[in-house]
Amino acid sequence: MEPGRQDRMAEDLLDSGPTPVPAVGTVPEAAARPVTGGPRRPDRSDGPVLAVEVADLHKRYPRAPKDSLAGVSFQVRRGEVFGFLGPNGAGKTTTIGILTTRIRPTGGRAVVAGVDVVADPVGARRVLGVVPQQNNLDRSLSVRQNLLFHASYHGVPRAERIRLADALLEQFGLADRAGGRPDDFSGGQIQRMMIARALMHSPAVLFLDEPSTGLDPAARLFLWEMVAELKAGGTTVVITTHDMDEAATLSDRVAIIDHGTLLALDTPAALVRSMTGERTLDCTVEPGPGAEVGAVGAALGALPGVIRVESLEDPGGAGWRFRIQVDGESASFVAPVAQAISATGGRLTDARLGEPNLEDVFIHLTGRALR
Amino acid sequence: MSTTTTEPTRPDHDTPDARHLAWGPWQTGLAILRRDLFVTGREFPIFLAQVILQPLFLLFVFGKVLTELGYARPGYEQVLFPGLVALAAVLTGLQSTALPLVIEFSYSNEIEDRLLAPLPTGAVAVEKVVFAAMRACVAAAVMFPVGVWILGSIPWQASTSAAVVVMIVLGALLGAALGLILGTYVPPNRISVTLTLVLTPLIFTGSSQYPWPSLSSLRWFQVVSALNPMTYVSEGLRGLMAPSVPHMQTWICFVVAIAALIVLMGVGMIGFNRRALG
Repeated sequence: MEPGRQDRMAEDLLDSGPTPVPAVGTVPEAAARPVTGGPRRPDRSDGPVLAVEVADLHKRYPRAPKDSLAGVSFQVRRGEVFGFLGPNGAGKTTTIGILTTRIRPTGGRAVVAGVDVVADPVGARRVLGVVPQQNNLDRSLSVRQNLLFHASYHGVPRAERIRLADALLEQFGLADRAGGRPDDFSGGQIQRMMIARALMHSPAVLFLDEPSTGLDPAARLFLWEMVAELKAGGTTVVITTHDMDEAATLSDRVAIIDHGTLLALDTPAALVRSMTGERTLDCTVEPGPGAEVGAVGAALGALPGVIRVESLEDPGGAGWRFRIQVDGESASFVAPVAQAISATGGRLTDARLGEPNLEDVFIHLTGRALR
Repeated sequence: MSTTTTEPTRPDHDTPDARHLAWGPWQTGLAILRRDLFVTGREFPIFLAQVILQPLFLLFVFGKVLTELGYARPGYEQVLFPGLVALAAVLTGLQSTALPLVIEFSYSNEIEDRLLAPLPTGAVAVEKVVFAAMRACVAAAVMFPVGVWILGSIPWQASTSAAVVVMIVLGALLGAALGLILGTYVPPNRISVTLTLVLTPLIFTGSSQYPWPSLSSLRWFQVVSALNPMTYVSEGLRGLMAPSVPHMQTWICFVVAIAALIVLMGVGMIGFNRRALG
């Protein structure tokens, strides 16, 4: 990780001040359908500016040789969709576990919607909602009863919980099977039920743990729309995922964690921008008579702005292939590269621009090793 | 990195606002209890069959068949009936916490929704024990009409009925607390074998089929029986319901049962918190 990056991020956060809740118009079109009949979204305009504050969080499990969390700090603003990324075993689940009062930290501070989760776990449970990765619906109850009993645990008055349950079942496309038992439903439906259940007590902060794992594309799209809709309604959403597309699409900001420390935290666009030198230009060259691979590579490497030239295996055998790492927009290198190749007597026959994405950022920070 | 926040942080009770002022952990606990009662109520006949069957057969074979055939002395039902009431209370309590806890913590994860409800984690365990004890009390209560039906009459002293009720409740709670320990300390893949290994000795060393003081000629078994908390429930009920049968002093039974309940609950709560909180 780049030294000093975290500190910069902390300063950014502290300087940035309150973030305005984006206008509905900025929400992706698919999500802009009205929240009609949906759950009542409480007006959170007078709540704390920060939805989640984590400061120097430590966790060491009993008999573990080292910390699972070694001083993680970050803040999530109210109304934000916050993506939490990390390889398996990086500390994501532990962090979310602490924030949702299920794991006790060994040090540091964690606050959700203004409530310290360690000092007042009961108060924290009132303001947070959790959608776990695995089905934990009550098998002895119907879908509708799952929603109603959950709300009763949270003190939602009877008339209100009935209205809310019916509205959510309708909104989530579960109304016609509301009397069915969870065991009879598909993975996507189960997940919708768990989200609906979590919304029954109108949490200020909703935690979604790898929500799109195992979902078909339609179910995933529905999930994305729903998250955008929640955001539009002012609910803060913290989402852990392995799906980089999902993180980039949904999240206002993304945190990448590994080995119990925060490696990066920024908007997906800024994280991608930070990958200077990761832009590439893959080109295929038809060599001129008598030309040598080394000489062509050296000519390309001599171009201003080129960081590195790598000769690639060419299975098709149509020519020589090079991967050129560039500093700047890779498209602007096509012409100079073509000229440099011409100068060696060859010809540029194919060029592909490689723009980095969030996945590259992730791999760059956490490495390729399998865990 | 360390951050000191400059932004205002104050408790956010803006969500469902006023209702939180009146809504406390007690109400949440009662709501969870209501859920358990709702589910059991729906399956009440199955539940009754579950709890009646074993004591019914024990009562029939030992209290009726063996006595009528002359293998057991007349009057044995005086010994047996209070013991079987104790057995029904303790065993039903145990079974109502142990297996459900194992399943909810491992396979179904159902308990998570309750652990995330606004009440202290330990209160979820207390609710489990209270609910299991309620089931156990029903099981013990059902023994009375069944006893009258099979035996014709059952030992009963009107003057001690209140103490009998208290002893049954104690037995039910003891069983539920034992189940809390089993359900939280035993790994899911071992629960089946553990239940077999625990239940059989528990049933047969709990003085439910014999009066404990008469074991003086079988000293080692008397000592083993004294280690089983169910013995004090059996003996307590015997002393209260059939005082003519040899029995342990009732006050000792109450003191030991209460002390055992406190210890077992304490151990069970530690186990529960360990499972519920990382």
